[in-house]
Amino acid sequence: MLADLGRPVVGRLVALAPVLFGITLLVFVLNAIALGDPARAAMGQRVDPDALERLRHEYALDRPLPVQYALWIGRLIRGDLGMSFREQRPVVEVLAERAAATIRLALAATVVSIVLGMAIGGIAAARSGGAVDHALMAVAVLGISTPVFWLGMMLSLVFAVTLDWLPVSGYGDGDFPHLVLPALTLGALHTGTVARMTRSSLLEVVRQDYISAARAKGLSETSVLGKHALRNALIPVVTVIGIGLADLLVGAPLTETVFAWPGLGRLLVAAVGQRDLPVVMGAVLVFALIYVLGNLLVDVAYLVIDPRLRDGRAS
Amino acid sequence: MAARPSALRHRGFLAGLALVAVLASAALLAPLLAPHDPWQVAAGVGATLEGPSRAHPLGTDILGRDIFSRVLWAGRVSLSVGIGVEMLAALIGCVVGVLAGYYGGALDAVLMRSTDVVMAFPSLVLAIGLIAVFERPGLDKVVVVLVALGWTTIARVVRGAVLTLKARDFVQAARALGVGDTTIMVRHLVPNAMAPILVTATIGVGSNIVAEAGLSFLGLGAQSPTISWGAMLADGQTFLATAPWVAVFPGLALLLAVLGVNLLGDGVRDLLDPRFRE
Repeated sequence: MLADLGRPVVGRLVALAPVLFGITLLVFVLNAIALGDPARAAMGQRVDPDALERLRHEYALDRPLPVQYALWIGRLIRGDLGMSFREQRPVVEVLAERAAATIRLALAATVVSIVLGMAIGGIAAARSGGAVDHALMAVAVLGISTPVFWLGMMLSLVFAVTLDWLPVSGYGDGDFPHLVLPALTLGALHTGTVARMTRSSLLEVVRQDYISAARAKGLSETSVLGKHALRNALIPVVTVIGIGLADLLVGAPLTETVFAWPGLGRLLVAAVGQRDLPVVMGAVLVFALIYVLGNLLVDVAYLVIDPRLRDGRAS
Repeated sequence: MAARPSALRHRGFLAGLALVAVLASAALLAPLLAPHDPWQVAAGVGATLEGPSRAHPLGTDILGRDIFSRVLWAGRVSLSVGIGVEMLAALIGCVVGVLAGYYGGALDAVLMRSTDVVMAFPSLVLAIGLIAVFERPGLDKVVVVLVALGWTTIARVVRGAVLTLKARDFVQAARALGVGDTTIMVRHLVPNAMAPILVTATIGVGSNIVAEAGLSFLGLGAQSPTISWGAMLADGQTFLATAPWVAVFPGLALLLAVLGVNLLGDGVRDLLDPRFRE
């Protein structure tokens, strides 16, 4: 069944090439504009002209820009993103230390948004048109419109400051209580979207003829809903999870700042403040790569769920 | 846009319109409505971080400034950035989208690949990266950056609309009559793409308001003495435990503004796009 997945997946990988080229080119150009002369920037205030010249030669800064870009890509592929101005060690090291916290937060937020969102959407669909439905959908719109960082502060105010149930901020030793509020905050934006999409998707699917046909064939209700309705209702939900990735990555710098969460987002914000440009550009690049690869996974998930897309007509 | 009769019965649209109208008037009339000078620092020691009272309905901040007055004034910044950025972005997006859709070929490929690249970044992250290019942050840089990122969505929408429109008879007829390309684009294509442009732009205003607030909250946007909801919230976080009103009210204003624009956007989409009409 999955044998015919190979070609469309390769096709999507090929389509990714120009985007990757564009992303790296944009970051390279930003880097060039921001740093001016990277050699001078790296050497700081005290500049010895001979040493500057040697460094410029070493980093090929005396060569044309296309050559510099090619060399920069070469270093990038080997995992060399330059040195952090502030910490005087490789940017990759600095980023790697922070990645785990962000991934943990993002996964927890995804679980929150999918579980809560599908539950809210499911209940609303079951009661469609009623007061419960209207109330839940109003909550969903409110969730979508609430700025993440303010929501984080308000949750912190209620559950940490006032009720004292959970820690105000920080990572702790990676324990669960420290994770709860940041995950709820980062997940909330997307919960609303998932709820709305689950509701409309379920309502759409149960109206279809093939559901009536499946019921008429005498299939059990579990089989009708599990095999037919859910699978088809999943397609838009996967789209929404894909959109959710953008929400997660955009929300990460804000949520991490509110909760003093030691992740990539907070690192990025701090690095801008400290004018540690190699770290800024490194983090921006990593965020973009996560986003692009995440979207690729969503595309592949589509192909798995919906065989019609595999021949490339419907994409 | 001719108001369709159903607009008066679309509850979300009306609620959004009402919210936006109230907030916009409050911001416009801030100099008249604000009970205090929003920059006026309190003299006495006891006047700072004062809870809501008759004199200061929403309390005062760490410098004893009246929060209600500041929330009103900040609305001017947030709304004008939200709307101003969107108008510039829509203008650029229209030009790019029409050119790409109308001429096609290499121009289309280059322009659309550019939008691909901008959209391949999580928006706020790229915005932060762009802000970092400037020596010091500020509201003017926020505007530049948000315009630089905002034009892509509209460009795609317009391009899509132009691709269908240019095959239509009235465009073909105009061409056959020898009407110039520029005239066709300006007089025929853009006006007929207004519905999707309006929908996208309304939603864009909401994202701009959130983005400006987010950047200002992170210290990368509006700098003192400019008052912005996001910057006020950054102060609010510091005093969350002792003076929660400093954080609660600017956030509430921000929430209402975004909610209003989102409801309006959903409503405009429902009313203009027959596919979404129930």
